[in-house]
Parts: sequence; structure tokens; C-alpha cells
Amino acid sequence: MIIKLWVNDKKITDEIDGDAILLDFLRDHGCYSVKRGCETSNCGLCTVLMDSKLVLSCSTLVARADGKHVITLEGLQEEAKEFGGFLADQGAEQCGFCSPGLVISVLTMVKELKNPSDREISEYLSGNLCRCSGYMGQLRAIKRYLNQKGAQKNEIS
Amino acid sequence: MITINNFVKVKTLAEAYQLNQKRTNVVIGGFMWLKMGNRKIQNAIDLSGLGLNKIEETDDEFRIGSMCTLRDLELHEGLNNECQGALKEAVYHIVGVQFRNGATVGGSIYGRYGFSDVLTCLMVLDCYVELFKGGIISLKEFAKKKYDNDILVRILIKKDSRKVSYQSQRNAKMDFPLIAVAVAKKKNNIFVAVGARPMKAKLIQKSGCLSEQNPSQEEIAEFADWAKGQFSYGSNMRASKEYREYLAYVYIKRGVKEVLKDDH
Repeated sequence: MIIKLWVNDKKITDEIDGDAILLDFLRDHGCYSVKRGCETSNCGLCTVLMDSKLVLSCSTLVARADGKHVITLEGLQEEAKEFGGFLADQGAEQCGFCSPGLVISVLTMVKELKNPSDREISEYLSGNLCRCSGYMGQLRAIKRYLNQKGAQKNEIS
Repeated sequence: MITINNFVKVKTLAEAYQLNQKRTNVVIGGFMWLKMGNRKIQNAIDLSGLGLNKIEETDDEFRIGSMCTLRDLELHEGLNNECQGALKEAVYHIVGVQFRNGATVGGSIYGRYGFSDVLTCLMVLDCYVELFKGGIISLKEFAKKKYDNDILVRILIKKDSRKVSYQSQRNAKMDFPLIAVAVAKKKNNIFVAVGARPMKAKLIQKSGCLSEQNPSQEEIAEFADWAKGQFSYGSNMRASKEYREYLAYVYIKRGVKEVLKDDH
């Protein structure tokens, strides 16, 4: 079937199989930030935005993206760069494999949650697993990032 | 591994129903659970073009399209006011935001999965399913039905101001629940649904079982003990039958206390 979609604001028309998965499609179109992790909808490594909503590209059929706007980390480089600095400052990158999915989730969370508490941050990001278990470093980085944006309830301890 | 020959975005429910009569064709819902299976699908039936991704609120009910996501349930203010946040609590622990943005209510309910938080919670509400051919039937009745080739169109929740509590326990944050308990109270009727036993949720109802005025802790414990005995339990890798049964007792007791809270 022929589909038309926008990937990072670039219009793409392509012929796809009915069972083509968005993750493979995006990587085939040069979006290597989208990682293949568990492929069981659990780890969040393949997270992208589809019409401004976070979705798991490993569990989304490309056919479902027909007519939609998909954003990967490649399309959010400026915002990602800023937050990436906070991750680096806290040594929270570690192997970095989960970072694209985490960064895209954090950037979306900032838009959705007003003044999130630590618990709300952890709950929102519970679908982003880190195989290095670097969660505390990530939380420190997120809190400092939010604090700089004036968007967190609690003081940084 | 799952393979799909054709992806069909249907234009009408009648088209979806007609396609769904063939065993090799499947309504794909959110595709989250289906994708984990091993199946060859001739036509994947996609309902996303039918406007079933909305929650409509009328004076006496909520009409939830089968393509609404679990995240839609979680964030809908009116719905969560009606059930005091119980639906939010039921879906909140399901993997993460990304997952809940994909998984659909229709998929969760049609599947009647043993592990379903959503089915367990909705069961204690005055809840109905609207089927394309089968019409409107209660969720309790639907849960008992065998799988057929009908199309689940909407979930209907009547507003009857019942008080609701939902609790579940998991071995790990993103795992399936090892027990899921929903309790509701309407006048002097108590409704209890227990899911993840690990069998699918079942509903029981009892009238006038607790004193109208301030039931004692002993009365509540006695009711919880009776209620937990109305369900069967099983063992699997998550928990033993005995552990589930004990947890059911504890959560029914807590749930009853919760729904009685503002009465006295």
C-alpha cells in the first residue's frame, strides 16, 4: 500500500507492506536515534512522537502513521541539546542507548505536566527503561533542567 | 511472529463486520498485545477512521469509543470524577505513557484478558458494551461470552453516582497485576470484581450486607472473607493460589472501607 507521512517535517511517500513497523521504517529513512530494544512494548527505547503523542514505534504499524506527523530525536535537536547538557553534567548518560527515548519523553513531559513532583516525573517516565539503571542521575538531570525552566514544585536537594 | 497481508482502514462498521466474519481477518485494536502473538493475518481491520477515538459525556452516561486509548481514560476529567479516580488508578500502572497512548479500550475489553486492570475496574460500574450486531449488553454478560466475530463499538458507563475503589498489586512496576480488586457501593449494594486471579475478572454483588449505619471492622472483615470465597484462584509464575486468595481478602476489605469512607 502507498502511504504519505511527514517525518521530522519532511514529506515522505512510500510503498509499504501491511505489517511494516514504524521503527523499521524510520531507521530505513535515516532516523537512527530510534533504537530497537525489547520489541515487547516495554522499554521505551523506540519512543517517537506521532501527532504530538508519545508512541512506541516498535508496536506501531507504519500504515497507522499514514497522513500523520512523526517526530524523532533528529527533529528535536535544539531542545535535545539543551537537556542533553544536563544529562552529561550529572553523568546520567552512561551507555546512552536509552537516551533518545528518554530525551523525547522528557521534552514531551515538560509540555504536558505543570510543576511535576519527583513522583510524577518517575511515573511519567516509567515506560523508559535504562539498562545501566542510571535512574537517579537521570532524575537529578531532569530536576535541574526543570528548575532552570522554572517548572518544578520541589527544591533540588 | 505476526504477519499481515493487507491493512484495511475500514470506512464503515458494516465493512468491518463483514471482513471480520473470516477467521484469518482480525480487528487490530491498538496492536500492542496482538503483535506479541504468532499469527498470519490476511486482512488487519483498522477502526481508526470511524471516529471511535472519543469519549462523549451526556447527562446520564459516558460513551467511550472502542478506539480510545488507555491514556484517554486516564486523562478524562469527567470520567474520573464520576468514579473518584478509580479508572485512572486502574490504568496508571500499565507500562508507561507511550504504551497507554497505543493500547485501546476496545482491545482491552474485547480480549477479556485474565490480567486486565481495565476489565476489572469497569465491571463494578454500571457498564455496558455496544456491539455492532449484538446490540447493547452488560459488561458482566459480555465477559462471560465466548469470542465471536462481532465488532465492539463502544463502552457505555451509566452515571449512577456509585462510589468506587480500585487496587492492584504487582511484583514489579511494569508487570501484569497478580491480583486486581475493584469495589463499588450504590445505596446498600456492594459490588466486588476480582481479576488477575489469574483468570479474567468476575463480578459479585450483595445487597444489605453491611449495617446501614457505621458497620464495624468485624462486619467489614466478615464481608471481605465471604466475598473472597466467591471467586476461584489459581497459581502461576507471579503468585500462588493461596497468596492471591489472601490478597483478595485484604484488598476487598480495604476497598469496602474506601467506598464507605464518606458515608459516616
